[in-house]
Amino acid sequence: MRLLRAGDVSVLLAGCGLVIALTWWAWGGDRGDSAVIRAAGQVVKTAALTHAQTVSVDGPLGTTRIEIEPGRARVVADPSPRQLCVKQGWLTQSGQAALCLPNQVSLEIRGRTSAYDTLGY
Amino acid sequence: MTRSVIELPVSSDDRRIARLAALAIGLTLAEAAIPSPVPGVKPGLANIVILLVLLQVGWRAAAWVSALRVLAGGILLGSLFAPGFWLSSAGALASLLVLGAARHLPSRYFGPVSLSVLAAFGHIGGQLALAGWWLLPGAALFKLSPLFAAAALIFGAVNGVIVARLLAGPAPSGGQSMSCIPPSTP
Repeated sequence: MRLLRAGDVSVLLAGCGLVIALTWWAWGGDRGDSAVIRAAGQVVKTAALTHAQTVSVDGPLGTTRIEIEPGRARVVADPSPRQLCVKQGWLTQSGQAALCLPNQVSLEIRGRTSAYDTLGY
Repeated sequence: MTRSVIELPVSSDDRRIARLAALAIGLTLAEAAIPSPVPGVKPGLANIVILLVLLQVGWRAAAWVSALRVLAGGILLGSLFAPGFWLSSAGALASLLVLGAARHLPSRYFGPVSLSVLAAFGHIGGQLALAGWWLLPGAALFKLSPLFAAAALIFGAVNGVIVARLLAGPAPSGGQSMSCIPPSTP
């Protein structure tokens, strides 16, 4: 009986793959740590991505609801006709942003280092 | 004066499970004395016993030994029903479930090393799942997950090689451990 069999090698390799994937997922990229919410260009709220909360922001068309969870944030509901910012889903990486232009509300994720000096919309 | 005698019949299986559980508990205690840089990263030496029981006796006996180890380890370390105890239970349960599925893998290709690595991942997976859901919900835990997974891979592989060596033939130093599992008598 050999110590290492063919399947064992594949299990070990799969384990290595899992470790690498976890490393890339947890440490790779620049995961954001705060969310900046703007209405009509003015910062309404800056919230750390640490605990779950829901923020409601009023714009010209109605109320935009933004959901914040540990490590991510998204626009849950928005009165815009095309729902582009809602369809973007969860934002996790620093520099990502969801813009609800008709309602003049934006949600931006910030990390320790920002990928851009400034962005013009 | 009445004397009531309660007799609990003890089968040879019970004795064997008790002996093996004692061995696993001993390893758990010894391991608790080893300092660890990150809480939760441990060699999991008791899994060597669990794996030997699984391969030589069966899954039910392995589940008994594992449950007794967690319970008695909790009592002896003073962590009974503390968070660490529940984490340990969750890890042991997940690891047993994984082993229950993995032991059906063809043994020609998948030896003790596979079982040990899979069990180690099951162990850490169960612990992380409970910790993430109950103790530390949030992103902080996931930052540590690569560390836990790497430890599971390394210690799982080392423990698996130890089990394979013990099964391959009683080495002079391994003889004592082997003698704890007598050939099962029908």
